[in-house]
Amino acid sequence: MNTTALITMILAQGVVTAAAAYFFYRVLVTPPKQEPDSYTENDDTTPRQE
Amino acid sequence: MTKTKESWGSRIGLILAMAGNAVGLGNFLRFPVQAVQNGGGAFIIPYLVCFLLMGIPLLFIEWSSGRYGGRFGNHSTPYILDTMTKGRILKYIGVFGIFTNIAVAAYYAYIESWTMSYVLHSVKGTFVGMDQSDVANFFLSYTDVLHSTTGIPYEAVIFYIICLSINVYVLSKGLGGVEKVAKIGMPLLILFGVVLAVRGLTLGTSGASETFPDANAWDGLNFLWTPQYESIMDLKVWMAAAGQIFFTLSVGMGTVHCYAAYVKSKDDIALNSVSAGFMNEFIEVVIGSSIVIPIAAGYLGMEWVMENAGFGMAFQTMPYLFQQWGPLFAAIAGVMWFGLLFFSGITSSLAMGTPCVSFMQDEFGWNRKKGAWAFGLVTLIMGLPTVFFFREGVFDEYDYWAGTVSLVVFAMMETILFSWVFGLKKGWREINMGADIKIPGIYKYIIKFVTPVILIVVFLGTVFAPKGNDWSGNIRSLFSGNGWPLDNLSIINKITNSGLRQQIANATDPVEIQRLQENLSAVNMARGFLLVLLIFILVLIYVSYKKRVREGRVTTT
Repeated sequence: MNTTALITMILAQGVVTAAAAYFFYRVLVTPPKQEPDSYTENDDTTPRQE
Repeated sequence: MTKTKESWGSRIGLILAMAGNAVGLGNFLRFPVQAVQNGGGAFIIPYLVCFLLMGIPLLFIEWSSGRYGGRFGNHSTPYILDTMTKGRILKYIGVFGIFTNIAVAAYYAYIESWTMSYVLHSVKGTFVGMDQSDVANFFLSYTDVLHSTTGIPYEAVIFYIICLSINVYVLSKGLGGVEKVAKIGMPLLILFGVVLAVRGLTLGTSGASETFPDANAWDGLNFLWTPQYESIMDLKVWMAAAGQIFFTLSVGMGTVHCYAAYVKSKDDIALNSVSAGFMNEFIEVVIGSSIVIPIAAGYLGMEWVMENAGFGMAFQTMPYLFQQWGPLFAAIAGVMWFGLLFFSGITSSLAMGTPCVSFMQDEFGWNRKKGAWAFGLVTLIMGLPTVFFFREGVFDEYDYWAGTVSLVVFAMMETILFSWVFGLKKGWREINMGADIKIPGIYKYIIKFVTPVILIVVFLGTVFAPKGNDWSGNIRSLFSGNGWPLDNLSIINKITNSGLRQQIANATDPVEIQRLQENLSAVNMARGFLLVLLIFILVLIYVSYKKRVREGRVTTT
């Protein structure tokens, strides 16, 4: 694989992977809103957003 | 008000279902081919720019419109739009949010059924010992309804009905069923994709043979990722990038609205939409680009890929390539490849069914089960012509009008309605309500001015598609007074069946003329089916409106 192609591929895939991972991580670590919220499986979850 | 009391089980489930809605066969088959045809590595620049200027804004618009409509008990686009605007006529624009889903599901379920059948054939070892043309011919005989590859009569029809039944069964279980499939299907899809992508990225020159001595997977990756910067100045590349972003996110269908309508006002949609959007991009740019092109180039050479790259490779080429890995690994790879295509398909077709079921639930008080079976029945009636007349062009005709034109028209109209009729002041407040991220203020202007303009250009580009997709050439031709030659895939030429008529006029063999005339009849029949479906849904919306008036449920904004 030539260097230009390799750099382009790593840059493009790296940016997309990093963004996807970052936003998904934010979803995972953000506490849910106060009940009643939209989701039924988190009724016992604490802590919650103010 | 609605009798619907359904809700999502978890936030992750909702995001996976939304990402599953977006991820389709195009992520693995359309994106790499578009990239190869439009400047290789340079394609990614217009592609990501279009994602930020059109994709993300459309996701914001559809998620927030859906959640807004859900607040008033509406879970499908006709009445979501009705709550957002004062004009009573505007709910009829929402017809596309049901029509498109049924029409697309009708032929999409057929592709899904191929993947199911090919998983079975991979396990059975049907492709063992077949050469490349045998595998390609196998697909042709599979789609010939009268021919059976397993001994089961009308095999293609049987698999189609089984596939549709699975969809109906899951839909009848409500959002819980859809969420469960997404939670199982999406991780498996990513796992299968990563395994195949690693193989694609590490194949190198090990697949070269006497027939294809120059085969080299690196050539495929080089071609895909080496930037041809001059192509960035070509309007064709930008149109292709905008088109790819548009179709990969499954926007303009009413599915995103429907899923988001089950989210409460205080819950986030901003982070959810961006997360689901980038998950789709990850599957497309990282996994999708690392499977078909490098593996095909690794065994058949880049020259072959350039000549044959297209949707058909999934079924007509990949099983042959897997055979080069020995019978056991070929079976495993076949299960993974067609399994990931199946999961990418079913998560999308379930999303297509949900708005239709929700509409019947909201407007006519049907339960999920009844709604799901009704969706299955209408989809079956619409879909059988695509199965029986696949070769005559019915499948492609559905794909053109429902899977391309309807999407573009609806997305353009909903964007203009959101930004200029509902008003961006209210719209921006809706997008940011309960948001777990801060959206950059520039998006306010992008949604109001840039996205509608891009969508209008994409729409006009579909109506007046230039001959051979040569935008720059057509613009030069126009300014030099030689007019704007239209492509046969432009809406204008498509309406008049210009391409088929030219073929008939050029044909000399009576058998060929007869075949083309039969295709012309089949194409017109397909349009008739689509038109009847559109009118049927319009009537349903009218009847439901009259019912709402009688019951005093007409929404006032």
